[in-house]
Amino acid sequence: MSALIELRGITKIYGQGQASFKALDGVNMTIEQGDFVAIMGPSGSGKSTAMNILGCLDVPSDGEYLFRDVHVEQLSRNERALLRRHYLGFVFQGFNLLARTSAQENVELPLLYRGESTAARHSAAQAALKQVGLEGWGHHTPAELSGGQQQRVAIARAIVTNPTILLADEPTGNLDTKTSNEIMALLTDLNGNKGITVLMVTHEPDMAEYAKRIIHFVDGNIDSDVRKREIT
Amino acid sequence: MLWSSFLLALREIRRNLLRSFLTILGIVIGVSAVITMVTLGNGATQAVKNQVSSLGSNLLQIRNGQRMMGPPGGGGAGGSPPFSLEDVEAIRNQIIGLAAVAPEVSKSATVVSMSNNWSTSVTGSTNDFFIAGSWKLASGRTFSEAEEKAGQTVCLIGETIRRELFGTQQPVGESLRVNNFSCEIIGILVSKGQASMGRDQDDTVIMPIKAVQRRLTGNQNVSSIQVSVADENDITSVKEQLTNLMRERRRLGDDKDDNFNVQDTRQIAEALSGTTQVMTTLLAAVASVSLLVGGIGIMNIMLVSVTERTREIGIRLAIGALEREVLLQFLIEAVVLASLGGLVGIGLATLASIGLSQVMNVPYTFNVGINLLSFVFSAGIGVLFGYMPAKRAARLDPIDALRHE
Repeated sequence: MSALIELRGITKIYGQGQASFKALDGVNMTIEQGDFVAIMGPSGSGKSTAMNILGCLDVPSDGEYLFRDVHVEQLSRNERALLRRHYLGFVFQGFNLLARTSAQENVELPLLYRGESTAARHSAAQAALKQVGLEGWGHHTPAELSGGQQQRVAIARAIVTNPTILLADEPTGNLDTKTSNEIMALLTDLNGNKGITVLMVTHEPDMAEYAKRIIHFVDGNIDSDVRKREIT
Repeated sequence: MLWSSFLLALREIRRNLLRSFLTILGIVIGVSAVITMVTLGNGATQAVKNQVSSLGSNLLQIRNGQRMMGPPGGGGAGGSPPFSLEDVEAIRNQIIGLAAVAPEVSKSATVVSMSNNWSTSVTGSTNDFFIAGSWKLASGRTFSEAEEKAGQTVCLIGETIRRELFGTQQPVGESLRVNNFSCEIIGILVSKGQASMGRDQDDTVIMPIKAVQRRLTGNQNVSSIQVSVADENDITSVKEQLTNLMRERRRLGDDKDDNFNVQDTRQIAEALSGTTQVMTTLLAAVASVSLLVGGIGIMNIMLVSVTERTREIGIRLAIGALEREVLLQFLIEAVVLASLGGLVGIGLATLASIGLSQVMNVPYTFNVGINLLSFVFSAGIGVLFGYMPAKRAARLDPIDALRHE
């Protein structure tokens, strides 16, 4: 079975000429279906850039990115948007929910772009909210929810489309330790029971411990790649 | 997708109610100004037409002098001989299809009754005058054949004279002093109101023409002849026959221009309503500038909105919204805003038009065309001025947009 994701010599250069900056320098990486990967590293090590490229939000300056044998680096902006729509789910550090919009509607948003019917959107959003432990909270707006609850809504929004991969950029960055552990438990559950591949950027070693594999970035390349647990 | 974009736009507008209202204010003012101007202008045109048609239906007027030359009315047309009662008889006998032929001679005079006096214009004519001018009797009678023939001093008075000289009294049978002779009032005319140019049509005294010729003007001249055509379709041919007949009677050679002119009330109506229509167009053009300004207001707010909602756009792009879907969302929002402004503007214009048409004393008619046009135009402005901000939103880089504070 071929890998879910394969990066070959991924290089990303920002700026031009003298002022140019090499954020990634020939990264090679393979990620299998069902893995739970924590990407760590100091600021400026290229972990966020790698995450943006993995999330099809950005394209590499050089190298090949194969997602299920599709060359992502050759796709157009709209084709990448469609790829995100159908295979990826995003969770951000700042939650990034739509303000003054109910949790239910926030979760329904990705389904709206998939053109699903109102009834289908409604039931799928309910199910996703139930899965993250927010059953009955659908009518609350983000302002009425705690940080942990907001991040749960964000996770519900990411998984409502049954994505292949969940990309989480510092998902616990704005949360206290107790809530952080709850969120990590939720991600672990989604990975273990639903088989969603999770890619997570974090700078907290405690949180990285939940992952099956920890990749350290230093100066735009992989410094270490440690497997903690096998993919089941 | 289109329907949900529409609902989304409505929710976004509701979320910022005050700002949405201020945004559409420009469009509201623009649309209502254009509609009000056009509606009132059309009302004014209609009023002019009504007034002109109140002069008489299918009416032709033969005046002395060349057309559009010399002082108004052709009174100063040098060398052209005056009309006479023989001309009137000739027209009556030689041209068929006429409802009435009325000679007309007028002279201003002071009329006195008891202690009241009034300066007015006394017109000499025949009973045909009432047919040609669509005059109706409020009370009394018109001239008898004997009175017309003999030029007896009897008269019919207009509503203004009745009001000014007699007030609440019944004037029929009373005597009216005109300059230095007195005449018997035999009838009162139904009010016709103001004619175009503000002339009061009811400020008049009508007498048999021979009486006016003998007592006031002192000659046998007829200053103009009014001809009422029985069938509207004959107007053009009657006009031609009249011209030929008059040329013949005046012995004008083929090389000579007419020294009289035949005018038809429809031409006067067209000339006058043409003027008001030009004014209407001009005012509407000025008002539509404010519509344009309103559109710029929408563009301004939409640009602010895009900046404000950069993060939201970032989220939408990240979860897989296509460029054109984001474009559509903002475009629909702008169009919904502008159309809403159009609708409110139409409502406001309807109220303003009804109110102002009453103040200005012109008829009000709901003009479907201009209302529909204004609505479509305001929606078009939404598209035109919403496109740039929407394009900007759609082109945002999701990574930058998500990082935007």
